[in-house]
Amino acid sequence: MAAPAGTGRGAASGPILRTEGLTMRFGGLTAVNKVSLSVERGEIRAIIGPNGAGKSTLFNCITGVLRPTSGRIFLNDENIAGLMPDEASHRGLARSYQITNILPGATVLENVRVAAQSRRHAWNMLRDRRSFPDLIDKARAVLQAVGLTEQEDELAANLSHGAQRNLEIGIALATEPQLLCLDEPTAGMSVSETHATVELVRRIAKDLTIVIVEHDMEVVMGLAKTITVLHYGEVLAEGTPAQIQANARVQEVYLRG
Amino acid sequence: MGLPVEQILIQTINGLVNGMILALVASGLTLIFGIMDVVNFAHGELVMLGAFVGATALGVTGNFWLALVVATLVIAAFGAILQVSTLRPLLGRDPLTTILATFGVSLVLQKYALWQWGPSARKLQEPISAQFSLFYLQYPWYRIATAVLSAAIIGALYLFLKYGKYGIGIRAAMQDRVMAQAMGIPVPLLHTAVFAIGAGMAAASGVLFGPLAGVTQTIGADFTLRAFIVVVVGGMGNLGGSILASIFISLLEAYASLIVSPAQAVIVSFVALILTLLFRPTGLFVPTAR
Amino acid sequence: MLTLSDVHTYYGKSHILNGVSLEVRAGEVVGLLGRNGVGKSTTLKTVMGLVRPSEGRVTFEGREIGGMASHRVAHLGIAWVPEDRRIFRLLTVMENLRTGLDRPGVTEARRAELLDKVYASFPVLAERRNQAGGTLSGGEQQMLAIARAMMLEPKIILLDEPTEGLMPRMVGQISEIISVLHRDRVAILLVEQNVPLTLEASDRVYIMEKGVVRHHAPAADLRANHAVIHQYLGV
Repeated sequence: MAAPAGTGRGAASGPILRTEGLTMRFGGLTAVNKVSLSVERGEIRAIIGPNGAGKSTLFNCITGVLRPTSGRIFLNDENIAGLMPDEASHRGLARSYQITNILPGATVLENVRVAAQSRRHAWNMLRDRRSFPDLIDKARAVLQAVGLTEQEDELAANLSHGAQRNLEIGIALATEPQLLCLDEPTAGMSVSETHATVELVRRIAKDLTIVIVEHDMEVVMGLAKTITVLHYGEVLAEGTPAQIQANARVQEVYLRG
Repeated sequence: MGLPVEQILIQTINGLVNGMILALVASGLTLIFGIMDVVNFAHGELVMLGAFVGATALGVTGNFWLALVVATLVIAAFGAILQVSTLRPLLGRDPLTTILATFGVSLVLQKYALWQWGPSARKLQEPISAQFSLFYLQYPWYRIATAVLSAAIIGALYLFLKYGKYGIGIRAAMQDRVMAQAMGIPVPLLHTAVFAIGAGMAAASGVLFGPLAGVTQTIGADFTLRAFIVVVVGGMGNLGGSILASIFISLLEAYASLIVSPAQAVIVSFVALILTLLFRPTGLFVPTAR
Repeated sequence: MLTLSDVHTYYGKSHILNGVSLEVRAGEVVGLLGRNGVGKSTTLKTVMGLVRPSEGRVTFEGREIGGMASHRVAHLGIAWVPEDRRIFRLLTVMENLRTGLDRPGVTEARRAELLDKVYASFPVLAERRNQAGGTLSGGEQQMLAIARAMMLEPKIILLDEPTEGLMPRMVGQISEIISVLHRDRVAILLVEQNVPLTLEASDRVYIMEKGVVRHHAPAADLRANHAVIHQYLGV
């Protein structure tokens, strides 16, 4: 069963991701409080907010790592709240992690091929992996998209930090998602590595919807079409980069901490 | 099938006596785990070495209490050397590494004892041979004395930890090693000191228990096993809990040996261990309100 | 007094500090601002010996301290108040303070003096002196963490986000405490997200971005000219 790839032009209309009153409570602490947001197909959405605003928690709810206390999450009109991450993945949602999840002992190509295999020929254990040329082609295409073609046969452990983070993105891409969630993709990167990653995200965004949590304002302002600002678990403001920059309340919240 | 009350009471006293000696061993083990996250599989061997050194010292000096002090000090010093040479270099590594290291040490110590003292059992003569009438039995005063002495040593440890100058440092390091060190507390030094204290206490229990059970190379294994059961049931790193658990486990075994043979009575300890792990894995005697 | 020169640190492969250089002179309050994740806390931890620099130097009073064990750093006169306070929850307030008081070379009389002084500055701690640290409120724990650091009679205190999660009223109290310390000629390296508090309390301010210091100015200049603040910290 091949999952639908890309944004499926001509497929379902309406927002690709929608949350309704999403709330996450940990005992007495309400980390995410009735957040309702809606992400259009094909856009790049950034979620920002000061320390403790609930960005990571919201992210973890959407991607199935946490089960929300209440509220609903719609991926293409299907409620995915409470689904396990692999179930969410099969419905077209992929994410990258802050701690790199690559297979250090495998080559760059193998890392991506394994991810691609989750989508195609997943249960076919009897034939040798080399007899699936479409997998290799797919993996190579992903490597080109993330700029790692030259390092195809390099062991993932030997890559630089920036390259490893980009490989992470490649692994997520190989699962042919409709919605790609990136968790602080430029954390721990130098300025030049950051620029390379921003270019990468711009390139792959043409066929995808992307939701990105970030601290680096230059990255956010340069990439996002719409920005959602969280504060104490609630949506403080939403708008284009220009609108958010001009928003006095947002400035106040950021500068006061 | 009513059991005579006298037998139950006698076993209660036996359980308490054994419990106190076990508490002496287990508190050293808990302390070591609490401050440096080391699961010391060689702890029972420290008990065993203490007993042997005590027996040797008794043979030389003829004085039991002197032998007790000598054994405690010698093994404490040995513990310090052991910690500095074997365990300090492993600080911060995978816990499995320290488990393997201490297990290896226990094997070495067992064979060393065999080489040093030969295969035959040593005798540790109890210093008090007087007995008193307990129901239909003649109960040895010495057993009561060991319980009292163990309690005294544990009491001294408690006072030291609560009020002593380094006691606070040790307790702080048990809760948050990094912050304690950032407050200027010399945590590596404390690790060595605590290991030495634990070793000394283990040696003392070896000497105290010697007259009751004999001194051979293998007594260590029994102690290690029971001490670990106690530490898990009492809550890892919880000193008060391990003392209560020692008494609890020993009483259980004492009562069980009314029904089955003492060798089989140890089964109840394992049942207690399994039940604790299944239902209250943080420990039976850990306060739930934190 | 305290200098960092081109300090680099890594966390695994992640390059956290990318060449940080800053200095704190005796008796100064120096602010360190920046958004989340830029490496402010890591800078403090590197000074404290909790993180080993892979390149660059950290010197205190002329002495190289990069990679030094943290208990020795504390003995040199550097105290750390971490972001999550990290008070010893099972020790009483008094015992928490004693972890700093029980040092070689402190007479009984001096200990009593220091305790009295801290109880006078923090009456709420005096009230709760026999209570377990874990039962204190967030604000009280922050007071205790700072008081505990003061017990070391440090030359410099590394304060990591002292106002985080505190109510506005308590933020004022923190501000006061910083003034008192400043008056007593204790230097402070203050990491904060609260910009107004930092600008008001500091003599000089460094602004960090992605593991480096991007801007450095006297606080007075930044108070007058907000554009720089907005550029690096705003949205």
